Amino acid sequence: MKTKKIVSYAFLALVLLFVYAPILVLIIFSFTDAHIIGQWHGFSFDLYVRLFTVERLRNMIVNTVVLAALAGAISTVLGTLGAMGIFYAKKGWSKSLQGASNINVINAEIVIAVSLALVFSMLAFNRTYYSLLIGHVAFCTPFVVLSVIPKLKQMDPSLYEAALDLGATPAKALFKVVLPEILPGIVSGFMLALTLSLDDYIITSFTKPAEFDTISTYVYNAVKNTAKSELPAFRALAAVIFAVIAAVVVVLNIRANRKTNKKIIENKEIKR
Amino acid sequence: MEEMTKETPLAPAENDCIIELVDLTRVFEDDGMVAVDNVNLKVKKGQFVTFLGPSGCGKTTTLRMIAGFDKPTSGKILLNGKDISALPPHKRPVNTVFQRYALFPHLNVYDNVAFGLKLKKVKVTYETENGRQFTKVEKLSKADIAEKVNRALKIVDLEGFERRSVSTLSGGQQQRVAIARAIVNEPEILLLDEPLGALDLKMRKDMQLELKEMHKKLGITFIYVTHDQEEALTMSDTIGVMKDGEIQQEGTPLDIYNEPVNAFVADFIGESNIFSGTMTGKRKVRFLNKTFDCVDDFEKNEKVDVVVRPEDVVFADEGQGQVDGTIVSSIFKGVHYEMVCKIGKTEVVAQDTLERKVGEKVSVVIRPEDIHIMAKEFTVNKYEGYITKHNTVAFGDGEFACDLTQLYENSFLDEEGYLITAEGEKLDLTDTDVEVEVGLKDIELVDVDTPEREGGAAGNIVSIIYKGDHYQVIVRTDENEEDYVCDTEYTWNENDRVSVVIPRDAIRLRLKEEVKR
Amino acid sequence: MVRAKIVSKETYVKNGGMKGIFRRSFLGIPYALFLLLFVVFPLLLIVVYAFTDENGAFTFANFVGFFSNATNVSNLFISIGIAFITTAVCLLIAYPVAYILSRFRSARSYILVLLFIAPMWINFVLRAYALREILNLLGLLGKTNFLNVIVGMVYDFLPFMILPIYTTLIRMDKSLEEASADLGGNGAVTFFKVTLPLSVPGIVSGAMMVFLPCMSCYVITDTFGNSKIPLIGKLIETMFGRASDWNMGSAIALIMLVIMFVTMILTGGFKRESTERGNAL
Repeated sequence: MKTKKIVSYAFLALVLLFVYAPILVLIIFSFTDAHIIGQWHGFSFDLYVRLFTVERLRNMIVNTVVLAALAGAISTVLGTLGAMGIFYAKKGWSKSLQGASNINVINAEIVIAVSLALVFSMLAFNRTYYSLLIGHVAFCTPFVVLSVIPKLKQMDPSLYEAALDLGATPAKALFKVVLPEILPGIVSGFMLALTLSLDDYIITSFTKPAEFDTISTYVYNAVKNTAKSELPAFRALAAVIFAVIAAVVVVLNIRANRKTNKKIIENKEIKR
Repeated sequence: MEEMTKETPLAPAENDCIIELVDLTRVFEDDGMVAVDNVNLKVKKGQFVTFLGPSGCGKTTTLRMIAGFDKPTSGKILLNGKDISALPPHKRPVNTVFQRYALFPHLNVYDNVAFGLKLKKVKVTYETENGRQFTKVEKLSKADIAEKVNRALKIVDLEGFERRSVSTLSGGQQQRVAIARAIVNEPEILLLDEPLGALDLKMRKDMQLELKEMHKKLGITFIYVTHDQEEALTMSDTIGVMKDGEIQQEGTPLDIYNEPVNAFVADFIGESNIFSGTMTGKRKVRFLNKTFDCVDDFEKNEKVDVVVRPEDVVFADEGQGQVDGTIVSSIFKGVHYEMVCKIGKTEVVAQDTLERKVGEKVSVVIRPEDIHIMAKEFTVNKYEGYITKHNTVAFGDGEFACDLTQLYENSFLDEEGYLITAEGEKLDLTDTDVEVEVGLKDIELVDVDTPEREGGAAGNIVSIIYKGDHYQVIVRTDENEEDYVCDTEYTWNENDRVSVVIPRDAIRLRLKEEVKR
Repeated sequence: MVRAKIVSKETYVKNGGMKGIFRRSFLGIPYALFLLLFVVFPLLLIVVYAFTDENGAFTFANFVGFFSNATNVSNLFISIGIAFITTAVCLLIAYPVAYILSRFRSARSYILVLLFIAPMWINFVLRAYALREILNLLGLLGKTNFLNVIVGMVYDFLPFMILPIYTTLIRMDKSLEEASADLGGNGAVTFFKVTLPLSVPGIVSGAMMVFLPCMSCYVITDTFGNSKIPLIGKLIETMFGRASDWNMGSAIALIMLVIMFVTMILTGGFKRESTERGNAL
């Protein structure tokens, strides 16, 4: 029994090592300005300073974040409306809309990318920020739909009717009752859209304007073209992203704990 | 419709009938199912009316049409004499208590109850000091809302629960919030859709009495939907028993219990013995192999269903009563014993506080006034069909082998399968329209997955009624909802999927018109 | 303000103006239009381009050209092979991880689960770069290209395999395993006869989430394989980029599309994957 446990833990530790070793090495070497990993030129914040002062590096970070926020927001609105459309439409319409929505969930990114490129060239629509945004929205929205629909399905259908029954117009009923109910799905859909947009390389590379770079496209090109001097700065970038994620995870966890604690207290009160 | 909306809740109504359903029909588009079929009903103001029936009988759909969640396919819903069937739910002076309460989980008790009030607008007429009058449309003030909410919570006994989240409430408390949320809007009619279904037995009994109290106190009309006959009998002024989208019987609880119009109602309301009988003379009916006096008058020799409530079956010592039998089971039910007495092949259920032991020979006594006689609903299955190739006949969503020679006297089939009449004429009867009759006892049901016994049609069992020595089962096909009524001794369950087997010789055919030769 | 006293109050219901034509399904119209313009129409264009030549005349030449070129066909098989091996390796690592994680039923084990999922949120190009630096440090870069690509793929896609399997295992009714034990099944029997079969949906959706993107993820092959391992996705990129042969590119895209949908239908994993990915976060 004991050995079984030890083996289990050892296995988990090994996998975690595989997953985190590269990132941790990057983080460690982000505190030295040596060009190559493995060399240590003394402790310095030089790479961090470079990350936020070299204009092209700063731009790519800002671009990525702004693009993700915009694409995430648009996808969330469009996807939430779409999910309601799918959920409330009659069978035939609902099925075709859902089917069309799911295309990009299975479709390869490269196919999405080139097909959009074809459309943009056909419409004589130059690659601009808008084409990029459309690309990201097309890619992210289906996932918002997929995270909202289960919430609609879980919702008691009589809630909407109850609101109408109590005198709410359909619009008011949707805003005051349906929306709060599916909010968790909308939030997780937004988060999903955000991560998908932050992560994307292929669609971005096919729809972005020439002089525009996100973290993905910039790093990809830099890695392919090792001569670029900004390569070491990516170590700092990895460290920063890692820190942000760690912070988010910790905050979420604290909040989750507080919620469960509150529930326990409430339950106790009821029992009394 | 426009005028209607201006009416105040207390406007006088003609012949004190608050709501009237006129030829109300609802057909669902996606599967063509007729959920509500030509229902007509008048509800008097201030009454407690219950729609009672098994699931899928159309009672909830009827309620939803009154609330406005479903639009009638045809027919009218008159509220105080005006048609409201096109009015959206938020404009109807009707509120609903939902089956699973439908409380808004993101709002606390107070905000749930105040939901309707916050949306409400009132037309206030002011008079200025110089006597000029003007009107303004206003929302209810916070104080007004608070007062109304508190009053409603007091009615349902939930004072002090205002700030509680609804998810922390027990089922009974949620139920009360749902009622408060509905009555706070002062509706003319309160609709209740199986509101006690989710509660446990004891709580349900308490709430039944409370609801009845509340109905008296509020003085508004209650329309209640339930599948629980006891609930309906306890609370209602009027009950409408529904089945297959139609109202089978409408009346006071007493009427419906004592004078059921058909076997379905008798079986659904309370426990009952239903026997097949024959009228043998004026107010004389024969069942259990014995002629009984009765008080209902039917034509002589008419086949009838006889209903006797278990509490009306009295046991006497062997030879002392009308017909003798043996006790085959006896179960103590708290106040009384429920005993089954076997007379010949027929079982008679009786309830008595005095126990008769299993195996004891007894004699059954039934008073004439306790024998309720109803015309038989089904005596034979009738269909319209047509002859198909290979000498089979298609009817009732199925195809069956049949004997075509019965159509022409002395006819026979030749080797190729053609019908040769007595005159030697050769007939091709394919596509000929025929009338088909099949006896109730001639239909055999087998499980659909029985490979060697494939029936001509298949369907689901939609109704089972025990008739003393056999079950009357109704099988409904999917496609055109054709019914096969059959008498069988075997036990089936509702919703079982079965195949309908009819022996070749049991299918009686009649030509609809002279065949073209 | 004029002081006035209230004479009467009555319920006010707005007349007319009722928008009886509103249906909740109408909310889906913007998305429907968007899908039509930016998903369905583009795919139709791919089909059109795939079956025409540069002058717009109908032809099968693109497909004939693709399949008659031995390198192309071998690339196709290499892509499928790499995707297959990656999926298998991911499954071998992910299943035990998910299984062990699912056995911890305490609230705090959630952190441990997050630890395995968190890398998903780091930019994947950047993650690939991190691993590349390690391989470089170990002196493997440029030497074992094929192996490096597999390691890179597994590194990037592993969390996508862990998550669905873990969710399936955690949602499994625990009494089923207890029932198996109760009926005399020992640990191994219970695992192979109950747990494993019941977790198949999770395995299938995880496999889909790894297998499908793998076939076209040329970012990884470029980063780890010195661009020497050709993927079908890379081929499409080249056709639309340097080679500038959109018709051929569309034909290959169409072939790839067909492979993806066939895989989906064969595994019946479509429904599962879409819901799993929806629940992923």
